[in-house]
Amino acid sequence: MSNYAIEVKNVGMKFNLSQEKLDSLKEYVIKMLKGQLKYNEFWALKNVDFKVEKGDRVGILGLNGAGKSTLLKVIAGVFKPTEGEVVRHGRIVPLLELGAGFDSQYTGAENIYLYSAVLGYSKEFVDKKFDEIVKFAELEKFIDVPIKNYSSGMKTRLGFAIATQIEPDILILDEVLSVGDAKFRKKSEAKIMSMFKSNVTVLFVSHSLDQVKRICNKAILLEHGELIAAGDIDEVAAIYQEKTK
Amino acid sequence: MFKEQIETFKRYRFLLRELVKKGIKLKYRRSYLGILWTLLEPLLTTCVLTVVFGTFFGKDDKTFPVYILSARLLYSFFSTGTKSAMKSIRQHAGMIKKVYVPKYIYPLSSVLFNFVIFAISLIVLIGAMLVFRVFPTIWIFTAIIPLMMLFLLTLGAGMILSTMSVFFRDLEYLWDVALMLIMYTCAIFYKVETVANKGHGWIFKLNPLYAIIKDFRAAIYGQNMFASPAWVIMPAAVSVLSVLVGVALFKKHQDNFILHI
Repeated sequence: MSNYAIEVKNVGMKFNLSQEKLDSLKEYVIKMLKGQLKYNEFWALKNVDFKVEKGDRVGILGLNGAGKSTLLKVIAGVFKPTEGEVVRHGRIVPLLELGAGFDSQYTGAENIYLYSAVLGYSKEFVDKKFDEIVKFAELEKFIDVPIKNYSSGMKTRLGFAIATQIEPDILILDEVLSVGDAKFRKKSEAKIMSMFKSNVTVLFVSHSLDQVKRICNKAILLEHGELIAAGDIDEVAAIYQEKTK
Repeated sequence: MFKEQIETFKRYRFLLRELVKKGIKLKYRRSYLGILWTLLEPLLTTCVLTVVFGTFFGKDDKTFPVYILSARLLYSFFSTGTKSAMKSIRQHAGMIKKVYVPKYIYPLSSVLFNFVIFAISLIVLIGAMLVFRVFPTIWIFTAIIPLMMLFLLTLGAGMILSTMSVFFRDLEYLWDVALMLIMYTCAIFYKVETVANKGHGWIFKLNPLYAIIKDFRAAIYGQNMFASPAWVIMPAAVSVLSVLVGVALFKKHQDNFILHI
């Protein structure tokens, strides 16, 4: 087995930004016949190349529009990179913010099974973890209520509980720890800290440098889709601070 | 490569089951009669169709309700199955944007859950057969052939539609119109002869769903569908072809879905 959890090999991601969004067939055909289908090429990521060792907590830093979320989506397999490839060793679990991806008509309990299934876990596994998830999310009373009646805090808690209790190999956190009340925020940070012992790899995006410093031991810095620094958190954070001055 | 895909499929079997379950559960949630509607709905529509069209076309046929049901059930599976497959990608956009899952799972689960509902609704047909004394013969077992063709045709059409509708949402409306056309050329509530005698018989030869219905009716009414082999070969070929085209099209464009939902 390799010592790496994720290998990002020379990844480039190109988007065709069409001038206008064409939603109807009629528009499309007219524009095509007129030869007006023009695209602006835009490279959200270019030649990004790095490796993440198992058990590392990597902070991904960069200004807005640097390509952080795109990079996470490429790593999660949602975007297929235009160039290069991503090799993953282990199961990736992205944390859903505000319950995006839950089915609102489904109850909390049903959503736990559904979301675990989406992540590729088996029913037996979820059966075992079910009580822990409910307990951690503090939703014992509301677990049979449809998600649409949940508050945003409840959805966040449920999403966080599922993603962390099922013991993923690689956990992706994109700006998620800033939601929820202070109490749950502390609890979830503590949970992530405790997961380090079980050798979980974490990719973490946040605009709060303090939080990144607290949680991560490594970091990478993106600027305009290119990797400009990678290494220990303190070094990279110093460069980032320099940039944001 | 092929082996790898089977591995992935195995891994997501639980998801497929969950999605099928979800489709069935949510369809009737919050209705008082729940899953009973699967039986009531075709029963009631058949009553209406019998009253309305029986007076025109079915005066001399005492088994007219069976004639209607045997087509109406198949058509409504094709219609709801393709429609729900078509919308499946957009419906699960939240998931698709976050987590990697083999995307064919979504249209496949839509067709599957509608097939389960359809299978349950066949009970109504059995009931009607008993009431109107259309007793099954050995040929009833051949009904499995049109049912398989129907499943494949719906899956194939569903894959094609789900791919195309990601890029052109207009298709959802266009398909409604197309379905109406398909319905009227399926001979659900009239006898084929009334149209064929006027020289419009060729219409039926263009409609694979009609051919499937014809074969299914033959099995129900205790006839040998292979007596006219062209009516079996044509829909079988179209069904397999639709799946092949659907899978190829879906595979080619699935990586771009994310940019359009």
